Amino acid sequence: MFELTVNGQSYALDVPVGRSLAAALRQDLGLTGTKVACGEGHCGACTVLLDGVPTLSCITLVHTVGDREVTTIEGLRDHALVEAFVRTDALQCGFCTPGQIVSASALVEANPSPSREEIRHAMSGNICRCGAYPKIEEAILTWRD
Amino acid sequence: MARLIRTEKEVEGNYTEQWIVVDEDPVEQWPAGPLEVVGQPAVRVDGAARARGEAIYTADLQLPGMLHVAVLRSPHAHARVKKLDLSKTEEAPGVRGVLTPDDVDVLTREPGYPGDPVAAVAADSFGQARAALELAEVDWEVLEPLLDPDEAVRRGSLIDEAERYERGDAERGFAEADVVVEAEYRTQTVLHNPLETHQSVCRWEGDVLTVYISTQYIWGVRSEIAEKLEMPEDKVRVVCHYMGGGFGAKNHPGAYTFIGAELAKRTGRPVRCALTRREENLASGNRHATIQRLRAGAKADGTLTALAGEFVMAVGWTGFKSWTAGPMKMLYACPNVSTVEHGAKINTGPNAAFRAPGFVEGTFGLECLLDELAAKLELDPLELRRRNHTDTDLVDDRPFSSKNLLECYRRADRHWGRRDEVRARSKGPWKHGVGLASQIWFGGGGPPSYAWVRVGSHGRATVITAMQDIGTGTKTAMAQIAAEELGLPVEHVEVVIGDSARGPYASISAGSSTVPSMGPAVRAAAHDAARQILEIAAQRYHLEERVLSLRGGKVVSADGGSWPLEEVTGLLEDAQILGKGARGPNPAGMRVLTFGVQVAEVAVDVETGEVRVDRIAAIHDVGRVINPLGASSQVEGGIIQGLGHTLSEERLIDPESGAVLNQTLDAYKMPTIADVPEIVTELIDVPDEHLTNLGSKGLGEPPIVPTAAAIANAIRDATGADVRSLPISREEMLRALREAKERARGTPAAV
Repeated sequence: MFELTVNGQSYALDVPVGRSLAAALRQDLGLTGTKVACGEGHCGACTVLLDGVPTLSCITLVHTVGDREVTTIEGLRDHALVEAFVRTDALQCGFCTPGQIVSASALVEANPSPSREEIRHAMSGNICRCGAYPKIEEAILTWRD
Repeated sequence: MARLIRTEKEVEGNYTEQWIVVDEDPVEQWPAGPLEVVGQPAVRVDGAARARGEAIYTADLQLPGMLHVAVLRSPHAHARVKKLDLSKTEEAPGVRGVLTPDDVDVLTREPGYPGDPVAAVAADSFGQARAALELAEVDWEVLEPLLDPDEAVRRGSLIDEAERYERGDAERGFAEADVVVEAEYRTQTVLHNPLETHQSVCRWEGDVLTVYISTQYIWGVRSEIAEKLEMPEDKVRVVCHYMGGGFGAKNHPGAYTFIGAELAKRTGRPVRCALTRREENLASGNRHATIQRLRAGAKADGTLTALAGEFVMAVGWTGFKSWTAGPMKMLYACPNVSTVEHGAKINTGPNAAFRAPGFVEGTFGLECLLDELAAKLELDPLELRRRNHTDTDLVDDRPFSSKNLLECYRRADRHWGRRDEVRARSKGPWKHGVGLASQIWFGGGGPPSYAWVRVGSHGRATVITAMQDIGTGTKTAMAQIAAEELGLPVEHVEVVIGDSARGPYASISAGSSTVPSMGPAVRAAAHDAARQILEIAAQRYHLEERVLSLRGGKVVSADGGSWPLEEVTGLLEDAQILGKGARGPNPAGMRVLTFGVQVAEVAVDVETGEVRVDRIAAIHDVGRVINPLGASSQVEGGIIQGLGHTLSEERLIDPESGAVLNQTLDAYKMPTIADVPEIVTELIDVPDEHLTNLGSKGLGEPPIVPTAAAIANAIRDATGADVRSLPISREEMLRALREAKERARGTPAAV
C-alpha cells in the first residue's frame, strides 16, 4: 500500500509491482483521460506531468512515482489550452489530444509565448495520426487569446 | 406515400444496385455559398469532450467482471501448426477460457502471414492472459513463404482473377502518338496506425450480443456478426460513441471481435479483445504495395492518344486488390486505354482499405508519368492536364454530376506561378522546385441512410442517427445542417450517434461518404420537423403556413410577425415533434466524383538526398462545404498522412522470412509536428446541383490522393531526377539523381 497524489488528491493504492502509471491511472483510479496508444513510450498519448515534467506514463512504473505530484488531463480540464484546442480545431479523432494538451501545458508553463520552432521542438514527441499538427501549432501559439 | 425505387450505390468505386424508399416530397437545395450556419466555420460539437479526456472510447470501457484476451499469433509468414497444446495455459492463474482453431474459424492451423491468429486466451487481466499464452506448446512446421508479388503473379498465386479493361485500341493509340513515355513505378506497404488500436468489448445478455467496438461502420459490423453467428440482426447491438481513428482499416468486425464474442459466451463475462500496437502493425490491415508498369502516348500538342498499365498489387494473404488503375481510366479524356490489374496472394499481412485505396497509389504512377510526358513534349505540366480535361466518365460514358477541376486549375495558377521564385532559392546543394498533380476520387455517398430529428417544448433539437464520427467532424456537420434547416443556432442542436439500438441505419464512414450520405437524411428529417412546427404555428396564430418560416430561433411570418420557437413548441408541454428523413438516390445516369489539384514546393539536397517539403497548396472540389474549419483540418490531415506515405513510411519485411521488421512507432516513421510544411487550402464550394438536397460530397480522402505525385514532380522540377518509388528515401533520391546524371551524359543508368 502506498500513496499517490494525482491532480491534488491523495489516493491509497495497493497494486502489484510492475504496474505502469498509465494502468494505475486508467484502471485503478478510473482516470481514462490518459490514453495508451502504443504502450512502449513511442507516441506520447499517455503523457502526464510528474512535478510539472512531461512523462510517459505507459513506461513509468507506478511504484517509482514516489511523492512526485501527478497531473493528468483531468487536472487540466480548465486550462486555457483546452479551449484553444477546441477553438482552433486542433483535434480530429481526439485520442492523442489529452497527451498533446498535457505536453503543451508544460511548454507554456515554462515559456508562455513559444515560437513556432519551440512548439515544434517541444511537441514532436506527441504523434497525431489524423494530422492535426498545423492547428495544434496554432492552438499553442494563441492559447491565451 | 413511400416511393420504392431501384438505384445505384457506390462505395470506393464499387457500384451495386439496390431498392430504396424515398420521400415523396424532396427538399430543394439551399442557395450556393455560406448560409447562416452551413458554410460557416464551426468548432466540433464534441471537441471539448475529447480534449478534456471525458469522451469514453472503446479503449476506455471497463465493464464489471470484464476479461482480457491475448492472442497467440504465428511468428512465421507461412507455417503449419503440427501440435497445439494449451493444457498448461488453461491451468495458468486468472485464465477463464481458451480458444483453438477447433472453436472458431477466425483462428487457423495454417497461418499465412506473420501475426495470423492461432489461439486465444481470456483471463482476469491482460498480463495474466499473456503470461498464460507463454505456456502454450506449439510445434510449427515452417513453410517457405511467397513474398515477391511479381513471382506470385508468375506462379498464379492470385487473390482473384486479373481485372482487364480496354477502351478504344491502345496499340493504335500508341502508333498514332508523336511521343511515348514508359516507366515503372512502385509504391510501398503503408500501415494505418490509428492511435486507438483495433478492439472491441463483447457482452452477452441472454441472446443479445452487445459489441462495443472502435469502428467505421456500426451497421456493417452488426450485419457481419449476425451473419457469421447466425443470429437475427436485431439481436446484435453495436456501439461506438467515440473512436480513435480508422483511415479505412476499421470497416469490419475483425477476428478479434469473433474471438471476444465466443469467449464472452463461454465465460458469461464481458470480454475485451484489443490489439497491441505491434499486433496492429502485423494483423489489422495495410495499404498494399504496388508495381505499376505504365505507358503514355500523346500528340505533339499534348493530346493523349493512349494510356496503358500493368498493375501488380501485393495484396497479402487475404484482402482485396485496390483499384489502382482507376485514375488511368478516369482522370483524362484519353480515347484508348488498356489496363490489367493483378492481386498477388503472398505471405504478408492482409490489405485493408486505406484512405482512397488504389487511387493514392495509381495517382502517384499516372501523375508522375504525365510529368515525364510533359518534359518530353516540352509542355507546361498544368497545360498538359488542361488539354486532356474531360467532363465525362469515359469508363461508362456518363457525365460527371459536377466537375470544377478547370476552376481548381485556374486557382492553382497562382501557386504554380511561384516556380521561378521558388527555383531561384536554390543554393549550393539545395535545389528548389515546384510540382503538381491532379486528383480524382469518389465521395458521392448514397442511400440508404436515415436520421430522426426531435424537437422538444424548449425549442431545442436533437438529431438521432446511428452513425459514427471517426474523427472527421461529421457529428458537427450534422448539427450544422439541422440547425440551418430549423433556423437554430448550432448550440441548440444535440447530435446522438453511435448505437445501433438507439437510432436508424446510417452510412459507413469510408469512401468519403458520411457527409454526402448522412447530411441529406439529416436535412430531410429537420425539414420534416420544421414543416410540422410551421403547421402548428399556422394553426395557433391563424396564418397560412406558406408565409411562415424558421429563422434565428423564431417562427417568422412574411408580414413581419415573429414568435420565439419555444413559444410554439412550448404548447406541446411534454409532447415532442419528431421528424424523419431518408437519403435520396444519386442522380441517375451520372457519375459523382471529387476533384482537385495540389501544388508542392520542395527542396532537395543533391549531395545527401534529403528531401524537404516546404509548402503544399491544395485546391479541391467537393461540392458544398458544410464546415470550412473542419474541412481545412481534413485537407491538412490528408496531406500530412500523404507526406508520410511519400517520404518516410514503409512496412519493412525480412526478404527471406517475411518477418515484419518495424512493428513499433519508433521504427515505423510517421510524420511529427516538426515535419509539417506550410499548407494552403482552397475549396471551390459550389454545390453539386444534381446531388441530393445538399450538393455536398465527401472530403476525407481527396486530399491524400495527389500529394505523393505532386512532391515527386516538384523533385523532378528541382533536380531533373525521376523518383519512381515510394517512399522517397535518401537512397531512392540518390539513385534517381545518379540516373539523371548518367542520362545527361548519355550513358545507361547503372542498376
